[in-house]
Amino acid sequence: MVAAQEAPAKLVGQPLKRREDPRLITGAGNFLDDVKLTGLCHAAVVRSPYAHARIVGIDAEAARRMPGVVAVFTGEDLAEVNPLPCAWQAGNVQNNVNTPRLLALGEVHQVGDPVAVVVAESAYLATDAAAAVEVSYEELPVVVDARKATEPGAPQLHDNAPNNVVMNWTCGKEAAEVDAALAAAPVRVNQRVVNQRLIPTAMEPRGSIGRYDEGTGEYTLWATSQAPHVHRLLTAAFVLGVPEQKIRVIAPNVGGGFGSKIFLYFDMPLVLWLSKQTGRPVKFFEDRSENYLHTTHGRDHITDIEVGAEPDGRITALKVKTWANLGAYLSTIAPGIPTTLYGRMVAGCYKIPNIHVDVTGVYTNTAMVDAYRGAGRPEAAFVIERVCDLVAAETGLDPAEVRRRNFIQPEDFPYDSGIGMLPYDSGNYELALDRAMENVGYAALRQEQAARRANGSRKLLGVGLSSYVEVCGVAPSKWIGLAGEGWGAGLWESANVRVHLTGKTVVTTGSLPHGQGHETTFAQLVADELGVPYDDIQIEHSDTQGTPFGFGSYGSRSLTVGGTAIYKSVAKVREKAKELAAHLLEAAPEDIVFENGKAFVRGTPDASKTIQDLALAAHVAYDLPPGMEPTLEATTFYDPPNCTFPFGTHVCVVEVDRDTGEIDLLRYVAVDDVGNVINPLIVDGQVHGGIAQGLAQALYEGAVYDDSGELITGTMNDYAIPRARMVPTYELDRTVTPSPVNPMGAKGAGEAGTIASTPAVANAVIDALAHLGVRHLDMPLTPEKLWRAMAPKTG
Amino acid sequence: MFPNQFDYHRPTTVAEAVGVLQQNPDAKVLAGGHSLLPAMKLRLAAPSALVDLSKVEGLTGISTNGSVVIGAMTTYAELRDSAALKAALPIVPETAYHVGDPQVQAVGTLGGSLAHADPSADFTAVALALDASVKAVGADGDRTIPAEELFVDLFTTSLAPDEVLTEIHIPAATGRTGMAYEKFRHPASGYAVVGVAAVVSVGVDGTVAQARIAVTGATSKATRATAAEQALVGKPLSADSIAAAAAVANQGLELNGDHYASAEYRAHLLGVYTRRALERAAASLG
Ligand SMILES: Cc1cc2nc3c(=O)[nH]c(=O)nc-3n(C[C@H](O)[C@H](O)[C@H](O)COP(=O)(O)OP(=O)(O)OC[C@H]3O[C@@H](n4cnc5c(N)ncnc54)[C@H](O)[C@@H]3O)c2cc1C
Repeated sequence: MVAAQEAPAKLVGQPLKRREDPRLITGAGNFLDDVKLTGLCHAAVVRSPYAHARIVGIDAEAARRMPGVVAVFTGEDLAEVNPLPCAWQAGNVQNNVNTPRLLALGEVHQVGDPVAVVVAESAYLATDAAAAVEVSYEELPVVVDARKATEPGAPQLHDNAPNNVVMNWTCGKEAAEVDAALAAAPVRVNQRVVNQRLIPTAMEPRGSIGRYDEGTGEYTLWATSQAPHVHRLLTAAFVLGVPEQKIRVIAPNVGGGFGSKIFLYFDMPLVLWLSKQTGRPVKFFEDRSENYLHTTHGRDHITDIEVGAEPDGRITALKVKTWANLGAYLSTIAPGIPTTLYGRMVAGCYKIPNIHVDVTGVYTNTAMVDAYRGAGRPEAAFVIERVCDLVAAETGLDPAEVRRRNFIQPEDFPYDSGIGMLPYDSGNYELALDRAMENVGYAALRQEQAARRANGSRKLLGVGLSSYVEVCGVAPSKWIGLAGEGWGAGLWESANVRVHLTGKTVVTTGSLPHGQGHETTFAQLVADELGVPYDDIQIEHSDTQGTPFGFGSYGSRSLTVGGTAIYKSVAKVREKAKELAAHLLEAAPEDIVFENGKAFVRGTPDASKTIQDLALAAHVAYDLPPGMEPTLEATTFYDPPNCTFPFGTHVCVVEVDRDTGEIDLLRYVAVDDVGNVINPLIVDGQVHGGIAQGLAQALYEGAVYDDSGELITGTMNDYAIPRARMVPTYELDRTVTPSPVNPMGAKGAGEAGTIASTPAVANAVIDALAHLGVRHLDMPLTPEKLWRAMAPKTG
Repeated sequence: MFPNQFDYHRPTTVAEAVGVLQQNPDAKVLAGGHSLLPAMKLRLAAPSALVDLSKVEGLTGISTNGSVVIGAMTTYAELRDSAALKAALPIVPETAYHVGDPQVQAVGTLGGSLAHADPSADFTAVALALDASVKAVGADGDRTIPAEELFVDLFTTSLAPDEVLTEIHIPAATGRTGMAYEKFRHPASGYAVVGVAAVVSVGVDGTVAQARIAVTGATSKATRATAAEQALVGKPLSADSIAAAAAVANQGLELNGDHYASAEYRAHLLGVYTRRALERAAASLG
């Protein structure tokens, strides 16, 4: 017997480097464009140059005759194939649904709409032939602005959507009641704010490969996917009408998604259809220009805010009217974003007794808009965090004080915000605010700001706060799936944990990574809970063949929902191992202790059975307790009782050049509370990336269409995603308020940074100009906008 | 992002390169490829052939004996890291550092930048401010083109289609000379929204003997700000003269506007950036 060893260090809480990174960052990963198949053909898409037009005719003869061209198809050839489904419609209201066809039929509604597809022996030949397809169009009038699209006389996109309205949706109290509260409020502020359109810009664009096997009648789809099981379901049952079991979907390594790879796109069913037609595997891989033009965009809200408050800063009434631009058609879950995930979150961290939210979803001749990192919650946080600063400006109170006076208090949890969101699980908002203010040295900054203003400094100092709460781990099925929220399906997750005969452990999960480090975080969790070495644990994912059904990775739900399924499977395995140990050690199961991968009779740890011993015994199976099945594995389908609600406060300090409006990011302090943390390095990474994306919305990014519907920020030369030198050093800190919703006490960390940072940065910049009478400016806050805002008012 | 079909040539001498260009009227010279290849991938350019200069002898290197001579194929990274240039012409390494990012600096070339004549490029303005000229080799031998005559319009130079730009010449500075390049970067492209290069020489009497100020980003081609130059000559280089020059920096220039920065804003930036460039040029006089 080996002498008693020291208990191994727990891995949960350790900043382990991501085990997947060496492969992903040295070119050894297997991304979609790395998949090589015998006989592979390449598809190139002929796209509309017009934002709105009738297709008069398509002449593909010249293209068909070009060398290397296998086939050319147009919308007419696919007339029998269903359009894509819209799986999440706004709850309890009528949705005027129009979804894209695989190839446009009759009319195009945005620049980039696919009208024909060329399949050729190489991507070069396909691109050349696509350019030779002649399409004649009759141009139709165009509208790109959501408010203008709803006005009388605006160009109409779809027959079933009068005034281009997708849906009108409300939440909270009746408008009249909130109007009365507003009328009674001594402090009133009205403000229109624009949450501009963003382009997700995942490092890897989107693509798909389809292969039809004539022998078996089976289809395989490789896709840059955040949700392979859902893509299989939708492709099979809603679009192609192929039995679900005949389609296998594989997501190879996926290079980022930020939401844009949740959705079912035209090319996924199309490559399968093309493969069946041509008898060859077919690949479509969009280039960056196509990605910018036609893969979904995010945000794009115009919002009118009316707020009422007491002179002491307490907000008494909030009325919000939002026009949400959803683009030319509905993407897979588009209507759910500005309703459930936006409207129901506008209260933020604050107790506001009277809220009315009114959202109009609108069709325009632009790219489809759907979930983008944060999905609705960044828009909500932007509204409420601007509200806090507007109330501060109106009352003369410090912005921190306004927040403090309205915060939901620790004893209020679980807290119902009164606008149809599930109860916030746990929180301590003031603690995070205090910590952030202390870390940044808030009082001293305010003194310096006052001093600079007094001495006429050319460098204006601005300090911006953002206290946020967001909803993560979106579920439970019986809330989100029913008519009120309109998701129309479950939102549970699944996991199978299997200890092999050799003791090596395989976890198959319906959750999957596209850059988040699942293979590391999940293995840390399993190593601790099961007591098997970290290196013995394999996390398998991203293939519908061999993993149990999962709804996918988005909404910061992989750990809280998918991770809990793993946790519970491990617990089941442990229970079985204990039962087996009791049998082998000739003891009662209730006397067995399981610790650090060893089972022993309480008080006699030296006579133990390791998990590896037990795995062997369970597999050879000649000495099992009566009735016990062989092997050591368990599966869990987990549907949580509630969502989780991470929160925190971010503070940004900026310097604005009085002469040019140029902005310097001096400091960025974040205090996040994501509950218990499995891997702090990964959480920090998520927060870093999130902040970069959010501050980019405040300062740099913005998709711009001209009046003809052309995307004038169609390349990275015009659309500004931040470079390393454009972001500050992040000063991170955490408070820890465990979530009561799941056994790990985790809340989710994938989107928090994005949600918090946009208002923190915008508030800082506007604060720098506050003494000049500036109350609000729309993003992105470009130097020219600031320069104009600072110019002496004339006339 | 797949270019049209093209032929590829990799000559080893300038004469050979010129020969290929003559036989292929739609051919293009390939230097670092950081402007040409993106344009081809977007199918904005479709040359019938590329003439790759990477294996042509004698097109790289920096010589600083008296006047400075830089080979056309010298990369930004080589300019950025050159100790000789840091001593002789610090504006050159400084500007190279501000071109794009390290990847672009590693591959992009000075000759490529000048031959491309992007209206927002950095070195076009610096070349004007330094009174540089380029050597062009064609079928009929070589000729020298002053920078002022090289830039014709946006993306248009006076190089003939079959000419290869081989060298950049910069005259030695006379007297005490200060120089600086100030750039307002576009947040997406990294190119100049406004860039101002200033090279100022002060005579023994302490007044400005010569001032060359050139702007990029704001106009359809890099252009000298002659009004600002004239405001300095004969004056001591002081806060007052700098302010006076900055105030007229945009005089006589036709300015561009786009959705990121209007012509009005660029006009304003020209003043501020001219002041900043001159202040640093003055400080560098020692
Ligand atoms: C991401 C990115 C960022 C950038 N940022 C900046 C920036 O901030 N500032 C800036 O100034 N530039 C920037 N650039 C452009 C970069 O500097 C280019 O490399 C440069 O403008 C062209 O040089 P090149 O060697 O790459 O030329 P190429 O792309 O090879 O050629 C450009 C053109 O010049 C012609 N040409 C090249 N060399 C010769 C020659 N010797 N004789 C005759 N004709 C020739 C070619 O035929 C072609 O028409 C950026 C480029 C990228 C990709």
